[in-house]
Amino acid sequence: MSTMETPAPIGSAAHPAGRPGAARLGYRQFRYWITFTRRTWRSGLLSAICGPALYLTAMGVGLGTLVDHGNGLPGGVRYLDFVAPGVLAATAMQNAFGLGTYPVLGSVKWFGNYRAAINTPQRPQDVVAGHAALSLLWCAGVTGIFFAFMSGFGTVHAGVGLLAWPASVLTAAAFLMPIMAYVVTLEDEQKLNTLFRFVMTPLFLFSGTFFPWRQLPGWAHPIAYATPLWHGVELCRSLTLGTAAWAGSLVHVAYLLAFAVGGYLAARITYRRRLYR
Amino acid sequence: MRVSGRNQPSTAPASARGEILIEARGLSKHFAKKGAEPFTAVAGIDFEVRRGEVFGFLGPNGAGKSTTMRMIGCVSPSTGGSLRVFGMDPAADGPAIRARLGVVPQEDTLDTEMQVRDNLHVYGRYFGLPRAVIRERTERLLEFVQLADRARDKVEPLSGGMKRRLTIARSLINEPEILILDEPTTGLDPQARHVVWDRLYRLKQRGTTLILTTHYMDEAEQLCDRLVVMDKGRIAAEGAPHELIARYCTREVLELRFPLDEQDQSAQKAAGIAQKVEVLPDRVLMYADDGDGALQAVRARGLEPLTALVRRSTLEDVFLTLTGRTLVD
Ligand SMILES: Nc1ncnc2c1ncn2[C@@H]1O[C@H](COP(=O)(O)OP(=O)(O)O)[C@@H](O)[C@H]1O
Ligand SMILES: [Mg+2]
Repeated sequence: MSTMETPAPIGSAAHPAGRPGAARLGYRQFRYWITFTRRTWRSGLLSAICGPALYLTAMGVGLGTLVDHGNGLPGGVRYLDFVAPGVLAATAMQNAFGLGTYPVLGSVKWFGNYRAAINTPQRPQDVVAGHAALSLLWCAGVTGIFFAFMSGFGTVHAGVGLLAWPASVLTAAAFLMPIMAYVVTLEDEQKLNTLFRFVMTPLFLFSGTFFPWRQLPGWAHPIAYATPLWHGVELCRSLTLGTAAWAGSLVHVAYLLAFAVGGYLAARITYRRRLYR
Repeated sequence: MRVSGRNQPSTAPASARGEILIEARGLSKHFAKKGAEPFTAVAGIDFEVRRGEVFGFLGPNGAGKSTTMRMIGCVSPSTGGSLRVFGMDPAADGPAIRARLGVVPQEDTLDTEMQVRDNLHVYGRYFGLPRAVIRERTERLLEFVQLADRARDKVEPLSGGMKRRLTIARSLINEPEILILDEPTTGLDPQARHVVWDRLYRLKQRGTTLILTTHYMDEAEQLCDRLVVMDKGRIAAEGAPHELIARYCTREVLELRFPLDEQDQSAQKAAGIAQKVEVLPDRVLMYADDGDGALQAVRARGLEPLTALVRRSTLEDVFLTLTGRTLVD
């Protein structure tokens, strides 16, 4: 019997006394997801970008030219300038929905990777943090490339417009965290369709992504203000058009941050309930 | 005809005096149920596991074995009693305890889209092991579970037995002091089971503390130094396999088959011959220290069974004696 055949004597292994902190544990979960996506991220990123890029082109050369002959948009900008930052924020939201639903339910129900992680020193909050970090990195990649595209179309009118990129990532976080908190409690995928159909799709309508929200009937305005997407769109748009005001921008950031942080805190609880039971 | 059983182990496990690693007192687990009484999966059990021993939980489906394993593994908070693992409280020190455990859950949780070796890599990273250490151990562990030639293959196409062995290899990446195996061979074909048993036997010989659950009495008899028989959330008996057999059964069992409609009368006719008689749906079990003698006595009463088999008593018989039911339904 060779010495390679059996593991080293067990039980005498010295274990480091120092316990790793939350940042380190969360980072380990993040690294898991990096390894997980290592072979698939290129094709995934390509398809995540293609949609919005095609859309932008169609808007710029097609619909945009039609619209621009009609009534002026607020500030008298081109339709493309108006819609591009809206699509930036909406893309962030869409990716957050994609990343917060099937990958989370799959991790807890079908793939087993959450349960595998939890049998190690990983804790539910580390799983939340690491998985969310990877998802947000992904969103940042997708919106970053989209932002480069829209800059190429001349839609970014001010230097401060660069901040629309992190603003879009914040928009993604405002959706991702509550979605993760909710989806980890589910037993099957049926409710996910409801989430897409009755939450995500209406958000597009009420958020002023494609047309000025002031054109909505008056009763719908409070709904618009309540949706994080409206705040994300307004923030991104005012930044790229160079019309952002400090006070308004801070309100938008605070609102989005509240959803992201609140969702994160909720996710720590729901993940714990689901994974420790 | 005589089917000879395994030789009974003649020595008590050397680990009997080992330090206590796990101690449970009145340990219980209730699951809240919507609009109903909470369901009791584990109903106040006591046990202790010492360093170096192989400790088993033998019981049918639903006995509460997995729930108990999950509590020991610090991924399921207990709802009553006390539990200490390495002297620590799972509620307070779960991650620190888990750092010293290896877990093979009932359902595999491998990353089937990843390569075999990447599965060990990502798992090792969770324990904060440096890359070089993981690489060295991966090589050694894949060798150990006879998967070295599959290191760069995806997990997905591996057979059930291979996946199980990979899960075992993965669970050893942190060189755990206790390895928890929840039904390590359920669902495997006989040959694959033997390969797993052989690996576990080697771990046992190296002095690894093993905890395993099973509903196979042969698995429990082969591997366990000591075991508890678990049923409906309670522990029905505890001891070494041969002790349990000696305590609850006769040395031998005479298994008789009669035409099904004559079974009950035949059993009544044979009353008194054996110390105890169990009538199962398809056969009659007669517990007697001398099975051949009992068979002669049965025949002397004019009974002609279709088949007759004398065998040693097993843990299956112990379970039947304790609960009146069979282990595998
Ligand atoms: N998360 C849960 N919620 C409700 N009931 C559960 C849960 N997990 C297990 N049970 C119930 O507890 C009992 C014991 O289950 P388990 O520990 O898996 O038994 P075993 O592993 O011995 O087959 C079963 O009746 C099972 O349905
Ligand atoms: Mg089980």
